[in-house]
Amino acid sequence: MEKSSETTPGEPTPSRRGFGYAVIYGLGALIGAALAIPAALYLFLPPKTRKQQSWVEAGDLSQIPPGTPQEMTFRRIHADGWKIYSEKGTAWVVKNPDGKVMAFAPACTHLGCAYHWDADKSEFLCPCHGSTFGIDGTVLSGPAPRPLDRFEIKVENARLWLGPVHQAGETSS
Amino acid sequence: MREIQRKIFAWFDHRTGLETAIRNFLYEEIPGSSGWHQVLGSVAVFLFLVQAFTGILLAFNYAPTPGDAYNSLKYIVTEVTGGRLIHGLHHWGASMMIVVVVLHMTQVFLFGAYKKPREATWMVGVVLLLLTLAYGLTGYLLPWDNRAYWGTVVTTQIASRVPLLGAYLSRFLGTDGSVGVVTFARFYGLHVLILPQLTTFLIIFHIYLVRKHGVAPTPGDIGPTKKFFPEQMVKDVVAIFAAFVILYLMALFVDVPLGRLADPTDLSYVPRPDWYFLFLFQTLKFFEGALEPVGSVLLPSLGVLALFLTPFMDRRKVMRLTQRTTALGVAALAVIGWGALTLAAMKTTPAAPEQQAGNLQQAADWNQFSPAELAGLGYFRQEKCLACHNLTEGLPKVGPNLATAAEHKNAAWMIKHFKNPNQVVPGSNMPPILLSDAKLNALASFLLKLTPENANDVASAPDNLVHGAQIYETQGCGNCHMVNGAGAKLGPPLNGLSQRRDQAWVEKHFANPAALSPGSIMPPAQLSTADMQAIVDYLFSLPGA
Repeated sequence: MEKSSETTPGEPTPSRRGFGYAVIYGLGALIGAALAIPAALYLFLPPKTRKQQSWVEAGDLSQIPPGTPQEMTFRRIHADGWKIYSEKGTAWVVKNPDGKVMAFAPACTHLGCAYHWDADKSEFLCPCHGSTFGIDGTVLSGPAPRPLDRFEIKVENARLWLGPVHQAGETSS
Repeated sequence: MREIQRKIFAWFDHRTGLETAIRNFLYEEIPGSSGWHQVLGSVAVFLFLVQAFTGILLAFNYAPTPGDAYNSLKYIVTEVTGGRLIHGLHHWGASMMIVVVVLHMTQVFLFGAYKKPREATWMVGVVLLLLTLAYGLTGYLLPWDNRAYWGTVVTTQIASRVPLLGAYLSRFLGTDGSVGVVTFARFYGLHVLILPQLTTFLIIFHIYLVRKHGVAPTPGDIGPTKKFFPEQMVKDVVAIFAAFVILYLMALFVDVPLGRLADPTDLSYVPRPDWYFLFLFQTLKFFEGALEPVGSVLLPSLGVLALFLTPFMDRRKVMRLTQRTTALGVAALAVIGWGALTLAAMKTTPAAPEQQAGNLQQAADWNQFSPAELAGLGYFRQEKCLACHNLTEGLPKVGPNLATAAEHKNAAWMIKHFKNPNQVVPGSNMPPILLSDAKLNALASFLLKLTPENANDVASAPDNLVHGAQIYETQGCGNCHMVNGAGAKLGPPLNGLSQRRDQAWVEKHFANPAALSPGSIMPPAQLSTADMQAIVDYLFSLPGA
């Protein structure tokens, strides 16, 4: 717009006009930035994280038959925005015959559907897009991009405790 | 490159006409006398845009129900990046907008710019002023703290007493009975769905009218005209920038008051309106009984009507202020009246109780607790309340943080809740607390004493002293003695006991009071060694008299 205004008659001298433009655009830009930057931070930065519960007790390991995955449910505290819930959580827990324990997060690594254990075929099957996983969590078929995510675990007096979830290959911290 | 750019602009303008429209808008002819006195309208529009912008941002993180509003606002202010600034801009921007709109009207009034043919422009402006106030009124409820709740109780009561229309107004505002969820939804709906649309439409109409009649010249200006852009616009932008800097500094450095969660049972709260309504608040005090609607409805309505009809009450053509002594007198009287009423309201209103409470709470660490309160801390520990409740910041737990003022209820509510949690708070998983009424009383009195400020300190109270306070309570010592201002004066007060007696004396005295204090009516107490040690430790830990 301002470009074509150069042809408009009856205006102040060019230098005064140039100064006017500088003031208008300069101050306008300052105001815009002073509002836009906090707005962007407000919308795109994660809020200050509240301390989340790090370890939850999932249940008694001795109840789990070796070699068959079991769905264990537990209650955990979950902070969501301004609300704190006590919610149900689940994990697929596998106890190997040698006593080694793994706990898989209950969401398929493809698009987050809940999968289940297919006892006949001895594999985890996701009903959404047909991904299948072995008992060790590795991808057998389907679109899943990576093995099942695992909970960090610890065992105290045969009680299973679940920690943060890690993607396969991530080092546990 | 420039050629391509020019072609694109030309194509765009040919199809939409926008460029021409904007150019016509910017190169409006305005009187040569236009200047700094005419920047206020632009500033008001700018502030409205800031309110819309920050309001939308707030809505992205705000849950508009009484159950969540307060917590989500706290979340915005304390946890979301930039949330405190955005909220501050919105809060102080509201006050600033009222100031600027009133100054704008005052300028127009003093320059006689409402006169023929600009009557409609003025009247639309009056409606815009009322809308600005309506924003203040509806927005006041949205933080859902005590201030919001009680302030709205008063304003909706006033609305319900409007002769003839009261009942309908009440129903429209969702206050049939009391201020609650329906009121909240109505106020929020008005604040974000109705008022912004109405205001936007009227601002556009207002500006259209300004353009239609042209900017009003200063009296006596018959000189050549000039263009709005860039000369007047520079002045507008500089004024906007100055207003923005003030607003921004306020948002950064002045905390927005956010009181306790709205509590309809808090009878100690003295509601007061925001500063711009204080003059009405004060006016109310002059009219009692049957005359009340005169102050609450009639006078404000007449005031608005007078403002609205100003162009028709003053139809003379004279513009120059020196020849309009009546108008000047009216304006001066209005300013003086408003100022005096506001000042009187500020002087006669007691300090906000929450501030008083804040000062008291600072001193109230655990060794100033009454024995019952400290004993309550013991029951709090015995019952393992901390398994589900926090007192300080930390890992979130199932139950609410008991130290945040938000959770404060009265003792009767608490005791009912302890005995049967699920009945008082539907859906609560809390198990009932199986203690005697006296102990539940102590527990409640402890919780009432708890604040976020002293929670840390309270957690550090040693177990043996807390136990001593419990023994003090179960032995009924407070029936005769006074500790930290609580109890009776039949026996000597026990603060400062450690300065008067030693442990051996106190222990012997417990076993046989009359032997050491001849004539004493205190009954002997049979205490185990551990209990004896605990109560002596407790009594000796008391601050001096």
